[in-house]
Amino acid sequence: MGKRILIVEDEPNIVISLEFLMKREGFEVEVATDGEAALMAVGESAPDLVLLDIMLPKMNGFEVCQKLRADPRWRGMKIVMLTAKGRETEVAKGMALGADLYVTKPFSTKDLVAQVKELLGSGT
Amino acid sequence: MLQGWVIVLVAFAYLGVLFAVAYYGDKRAEAGRSIIANPYIYALSLAVYCSTWTFYGSVGRAASTGIGFLPVYLGPTLMVALWWYTMRKIIRITKAYRITSIADFISSRYGKSQMLGRLVTVIAVIGVIPYISLQLKAISGSFTILRHYPRIVMPTQAVAQPILNDTALYIALMLAAFTILFGTRHLDATERHEGLVAAIAFESVVKLLGFLVVGAFVTFGIYRGFGEIFRLAQQVPRLRALMTVADTGNTYGTWGFLTFLSMLSIVTLPRQFQISVVENVDEDHLRKAIWLFPLYLFLINVFVLPIALGGMMLFAGRGVDADTFVLTLPMAQQKEALALFAFIGGLSAGTGMVIVETIALSTMVCNDLVMPVLLRVKWLRLNERPDLSRLLLSIRRWAITGILMLGYIHFRAAGEAYALVATGLISFAAVAQFAPAIFGGIYWRGGTRDGAIAGLSAGFAVWAYTLLLPSFAKSGWLPASFLTEGPFGIPLLKPQQLFGLSGLDEISHCLFWSMLANIGIHVVVSLAGRQSITETGQATMFVDVFRRTQAPERSGLWRGSAAVEDLLPLLGRFLGPDRAREAFLAYARRRGVDSPEQLRADADLVAFAETQLAGAIGGASARVMVASLVQEQPPGLDEVMDILDEASQVRAYSRQLEQKSRELEAATAELRAANKLLQELDRMKDDFMSTVTHELRTPLTSIRAFSEILLEDPEIHLPERKRFLAIIVKETQRLTRLINQVLDLSKIESGSAEWHTTELDVHEVIRESVETSSQLFRESRVELVTSAGTDAGPRVMADRDRLVQVLINLLSNAVKVCRPGEGRVEIRLAVSNGFLRVDVQDNGPGISPADHETVFEKFRQVGDTLTGKPKGTGLGLPISRRIVEHFGGRLWVESELGKGATFSFILPLEVPAAKAGPELAQAAG
Repeated sequence: MGKRILIVEDEPNIVISLEFLMKREGFEVEVATDGEAALMAVGESAPDLVLLDIMLPKMNGFEVCQKLRADPRWRGMKIVMLTAKGRETEVAKGMALGADLYVTKPFSTKDLVAQVKELLGSGT
Repeated sequence: MLQGWVIVLVAFAYLGVLFAVAYYGDKRAEAGRSIIANPYIYALSLAVYCSTWTFYGSVGRAASTGIGFLPVYLGPTLMVALWWYTMRKIIRITKAYRITSIADFISSRYGKSQMLGRLVTVIAVIGVIPYISLQLKAISGSFTILRHYPRIVMPTQAVAQPILNDTALYIALMLAAFTILFGTRHLDATERHEGLVAAIAFESVVKLLGFLVVGAFVTFGIYRGFGEIFRLAQQVPRLRALMTVADTGNTYGTWGFLTFLSMLSIVTLPRQFQISVVENVDEDHLRKAIWLFPLYLFLINVFVLPIALGGMMLFAGRGVDADTFVLTLPMAQQKEALALFAFIGGLSAGTGMVIVETIALSTMVCNDLVMPVLLRVKWLRLNERPDLSRLLLSIRRWAITGILMLGYIHFRAAGEAYALVATGLISFAAVAQFAPAIFGGIYWRGGTRDGAIAGLSAGFAVWAYTLLLPSFAKSGWLPASFLTEGPFGIPLLKPQQLFGLSGLDEISHCLFWSMLANIGIHVVVSLAGRQSITETGQATMFVDVFRRTQAPERSGLWRGSAAVEDLLPLLGRFLGPDRAREAFLAYARRRGVDSPEQLRADADLVAFAETQLAGAIGGASARVMVASLVQEQPPGLDEVMDILDEASQVRAYSRQLEQKSRELEAATAELRAANKLLQELDRMKDDFMSTVTHELRTPLTSIRAFSEILLEDPEIHLPERKRFLAIIVKETQRLTRLINQVLDLSKIESGSAEWHTTELDVHEVIRESVETSSQLFRESRVELVTSAGTDAGPRVMADRDRLVQVLINLLSNAVKVCRPGEGRVEIRLAVSNGFLRVDVQDNGPGISPADHETVFEKFRQVGDTLTGKPKGTGLGLPISRRIVEHFGGRLWVESELGKGATFSFILPLEVPAAKAGPELAQAAG
């Protein structure tokens, strides 16, 4: 059973790159382009990991994270925040909200893939 | 036989005896076996009260007023009866506080006031000089009379004699010499002169004997006893009148006043104070004196009436001055020896008075007038002189000489105007002014320094006006009308009938008004004012002196301390080193300490030194001298002024500080507001930066990601590879555009953009923009319509490239929102009111009115969500707006949802870029 990854990102080109990267590693990929869509997608079929952008229309990534963590069903879900906002306050905020990882754009593809694999590799 | 030189010889012999007695007395005193520690000697010495006035003048007075000579002796008799209470208190105070004169007494009582001491000294000198001159007159007169024996010749007018022939001058000089010899051989801390007292007691005996002998001779020698004299006198009508009170014109009032006056004088005359208070050795002597002295007075007056009556009968019609009867009666009876003895008696009476009076006066002049001035004259550097006792003595000697010379001058100038007694009474009235200050001082704690000064001054002024000036008038120095009609013709101010009070003789009149003024003003001013601390202390010490037992060294007023090493030399300077050391030794022994060096330097020691010093230079000066040594002296006026000055400076400074702090607060508030604004701006800048960073990072993310993917994976299929590379390229372009626009906006906003403003043809500009965008329109299949033809259009002043930039921005925005195939964009132009208006209208989804301003905000993009994320940087419109505004125009949008949007801008026609005004608003409609 392959791991499922939800990509939440509104920049199309970045979605393409992420999708390519994850698929290459053999993960199942789903895409949501705004916060609300992301929550709906999670509700339908909970992914194992969420790649979460912050600057999203309708509901920003912090809120999404908060909501995901609030639900006990998705306690085990890994959340990786992926954002161009790199200030320390933002990082702290993200971690405080329960993200497992905070990655700033532009990111290193190699690192990102390695970290995702690690997060999904531990635990079943 | 009684030639001049014989008389002189006898006189000098007598004075030599007197001096010998004094010398013996001093020697015995130094040996510690005083001969004057004897109530009889004390009582006899009090008789210095009886001067030539008594010896000669009483008879003269009796000859004109009968027993009117008596009040002057009744007074002391009565007063002495009270002495156990009053005089004892005065003596106790004087001994306890080392008071040395009447000026010292008064000034001490009222806060050691130097001013008061000066005033008392001046009044004493002025008041007593006539008294001294009358002694000179009597002595020189009696000498002259005796010289003419056996003829009885009245002395001629003094003014008729040339000075160098004037015996009075020589008598004055001789008296000065003797006084100096008697009184200024050394300085004593207590101002006591034991030898002098012995000599005075001796001369009291001599004058009493002299008078008694003459009286006995007249009564029993010439006549046969008292009975016969009176019987014979009764037969002469004039003389009969003299022997009764009512007929002699003496009123009870006059008697009353004169008695009262002499009661005061027995205390306030400087010589009486000196003899009865300062020279007193034992308070208990007062007991005997209380009856011995009146006995003496009685004895010396017993024969006054007989001599007067006898003289008047024997010399009837011969023009012999009644004042001389005591001398001329023996002369007339050819009794040479008796006459000589009478002369010696008179001389004795006169010299006794002069010596004691002058010594007392010179002490006051030295201590209260001269020394305070000298101590203040810095260049004399009195503080540095090791031994000032010589200076003090020489000052006193000069004072003695001066006073006697003044007495002589008075004698020459005014000696004939008055009979002896009248002159004496004038002096009495002057010194009587001290009485309220003295008696008030020892019984009333409320008397203040100001009250004493005011009362004394007022009394003295009245005395001068009612007695002294009239004496000048009677001597011819002032016009007689001054007396008869009053000054400037004001009858109420007639000197001897002040405010219409008539019927009193001049002495009583003066006494009444001067005492009224003196006592009244003293009381009123004292009650109205306040005492200083020193005054209150002194007042208590004086009034309560009996309650304080033997504590002469206590002085609670001293707060400071000084060492013996400092005080001893100070005392030595004024008393002489030996006496100072003796005094300290005695004090040390009293304290149970072996040597003065072991004495504790405390307030008691200082007080002791002060009282010792007071004996030499007076209380007020002593205080000043000791205060200069003692630490912690109370601040003087200067220091207080300095403190006040400083205080007011501090207040002014603190007010300045207050003001500054208020200004500071205001400034702080301003700063706080400015800071908030800056923080706001900073935050805005931060936001902008953060947004810009975000916007820059987004395309970079894609570029990096795809670059890495392509690099990593050589196995990617070509189509995918191409796709990815295309994305990289596009994102690069996007990035470049963004960077360019951010820079552009920055430059425009900061004012560092370059503007190449020229005159432009708007049609040309539109054509250019359309052409540049034509590709975009073709790709989007959106129709573009413009009314700008090829003809010359309106002209504006603008930067060509920038205007093109604006138009392209508007056009590309329009294209982006239009549906492909259905979109239509129209450019319209219009001119009105000097402005060009350009509209770019599209038929896109439109913008809700709420977002009309939002579209112009940086990075804000409003778009249809169905079309996905809006393309573009979000900076185009803000830049366009700024460009248009730079040229004096305005850019806005009109739109409604579903009805397309029209972006419009206006520009001034051919006018240089200026700030938009009201016309702009009007043109915008």
